[in-house]
Amino acid sequence: MVKEQEKSKQIVISPITRIEGHAQVTIFLNNNDTVKDARFQVTDFRGFEKFTEGRPFYEMPAITSRSCGICPVSHLLASAKACDAIVGVTPPKTAIMLRRLMHMGQLIQSHALNFYHLSSPDLILGFDSDPAVRNVFGLIEKDPELAKQGIRLRRYGQEIIEKVAGKRIHSAEWISPGGAKWPLTKERADCLIAGLPEAEELACKTLKFWKKMLGQFDEEVENFGNFPSYYMGLVTPDGGLEQYDGPLRIVDKNGKVVAECVDPTTYADFISEAVEPWSWMKFPFFKAVGYPEGAYRVGPLARLNVATHCDTPLANEEFKHFKKLGKNGIVQSTFHYHYARLIELLFCVETAKNLLNDPEILSEHVTSKAMVNTYEGVGFAEAPRGTLIHHYKVDPEGLVTQNNMIIATEHNNLAYNMAITQVAKKYVKAKQLQEGMLNRVEAVIRAFDPCLSCATHAVGQMPLDIKLFDADGKLVDRKLR
Amino acid sequence: MSAKVRVATVWLSGCSGCHMSFLDQDERLIDLAQKIQLVYSPIADVKEFPENVDVTLIEGAVANEDQLAMLKKARERSKVLISLGDCAVTGNVTALRNAWRNSDKEIIERAYLDKTLINPQTPNEVPKLLVKARPLHEAVKVDFFIPGCPPHADLINYVLTELLCGRIPNMEGRSKYG
Repeated sequence: MVKEQEKSKQIVISPITRIEGHAQVTIFLNNNDTVKDARFQVTDFRGFEKFTEGRPFYEMPAITSRSCGICPVSHLLASAKACDAIVGVTPPKTAIMLRRLMHMGQLIQSHALNFYHLSSPDLILGFDSDPAVRNVFGLIEKDPELAKQGIRLRRYGQEIIEKVAGKRIHSAEWISPGGAKWPLTKERADCLIAGLPEAEELACKTLKFWKKMLGQFDEEVENFGNFPSYYMGLVTPDGGLEQYDGPLRIVDKNGKVVAECVDPTTYADFISEAVEPWSWMKFPFFKAVGYPEGAYRVGPLARLNVATHCDTPLANEEFKHFKKLGKNGIVQSTFHYHYARLIELLFCVETAKNLLNDPEILSEHVTSKAMVNTYEGVGFAEAPRGTLIHHYKVDPEGLVTQNNMIIATEHNNLAYNMAITQVAKKYVKAKQLQEGMLNRVEAVIRAFDPCLSCATHAVGQMPLDIKLFDADGKLVDRKLR
Repeated sequence: MSAKVRVATVWLSGCSGCHMSFLDQDERLIDLAQKIQLVYSPIADVKEFPENVDVTLIEGAVANEDQLAMLKKARERSKVLISLGDCAVTGNVTALRNAWRNSDKEIIERAYLDKTLINPQTPNEVPKLLVKARPLHEAVKVDFFIPGCPPHADLINYVLTELLCGRIPNMEGRSKYG
């Protein structure tokens, strides 16, 4: 990775805003003021892996979902699946359907949040627009109808979670090892079915809107984290787009399948993690290739890259068009996370429709009961931002002795650094530093949609303080915003 | 310039769930946009906490040195400061680590010094963790408390609406933990 460079010049962007977490970027300059390198630094840490030691395993979904308020459902699912393995049972079919349905709700709300509430201020108001209004309230003022679409779409996702599990955020009381605590009533299902047509219309409309705008962004497609890497994500048994369960697939830059992890407990054979002194976020890599060459990406772009098709008709049509953007079906520009995210959003609305229209969703048998039968369990789920892994070991009383969590956002850590370096080299001109240049560096991070709340299990705030040091480490210029 | 109430939101050591619940006000955000100006927030791009803020909502416990400095700055510059959610009010899940005597060292050791890692080491070019994670009112004066994990969007909306109308919110029977 990046070596210690005390004597070179640096630009620090802090905090990175409109992402779900706390981070800063440090840009290193050469003596002639061109960009040499850049680092994405995560600046806080909460320590879930330590403080869950000694807790009863069945508390784990409720505690670990507090890692993140944006994708708590992914944590609930990965955690409950690890607990399913500890009790050694398969949840009833309806419980799995309901877990999937709740998951679709979360992907819908999270993807709508990224596009409308966090990224669209750049994409619609402009990368160089006034930072004082470059936010969702600015969007409400400029285009209230568009903002309302985003609010409605996110709201529908949140309502799915609320109707299934009783609460929009941290709905941990509903899920349990072996299934769920209560079934879905017909009244609640009908309420969700009534909202489907609008949700589908909004998902299609958003996608259409984005495809129409995409022509304006050729430069960003070319320069926003456009590089080859490995990709990882769950797939269905026949290789389709999947977010809840299935083999974990890794493909290379040419789309060749290089690994497939079928038994979740063997994930450590495929990926390993490194530590750097300048970030609280660890650096996972593909073990067969090594560190840091084994950089891989996860999340919507990676999920579409590892999949061969989508099992819903509207999303599958979009998927086919999307695949044509790259060679061998591999789309490598980070900017296309936005496009991939919107296709997946449509897939999730269609999947929610299929689940809700299946009469079995209303079955009242939703829990398989058992005590501790196995002392180790691993749960995978595709969080909105990528593969999430919970790995627990317990004693015979079911008290946790070891907890390892590898979080969606962490997998992309090496890729963030590659992407911001590329953008900084293209746009940052140190001699005439402008806010819009630095906002582009932040924008490529927003395209990944990192959830640092998850990855570090903590977040915070600092002012944007751009410091320019000369080669002797003397402060020569400073800007605050 | 405008008569809008100047509102800030701050995210310390928490999960962002309270901010998500703020966004769960859904269409009511559009009405809110008429009455408030969001002058500082993780969902907005102003990077320095401004002067003369009317109302500041803070999510999360105080868990590192940067957060403590941020909290003090927000207090100095805000007329009304609100603890938003259980981590800010009690420490909640963020403070579970406090069960260990030197919890900062213990959690770091578990996560970064494990022998299975490449380059196991303590990251040192990052903000220093406090020994214990603490609720906000142990560090600064807090004017209102909105408990909940997260607080319901209706409750957040109620408190903001009352404050915008110049009334003191009545939390009796409205607030609940968890």
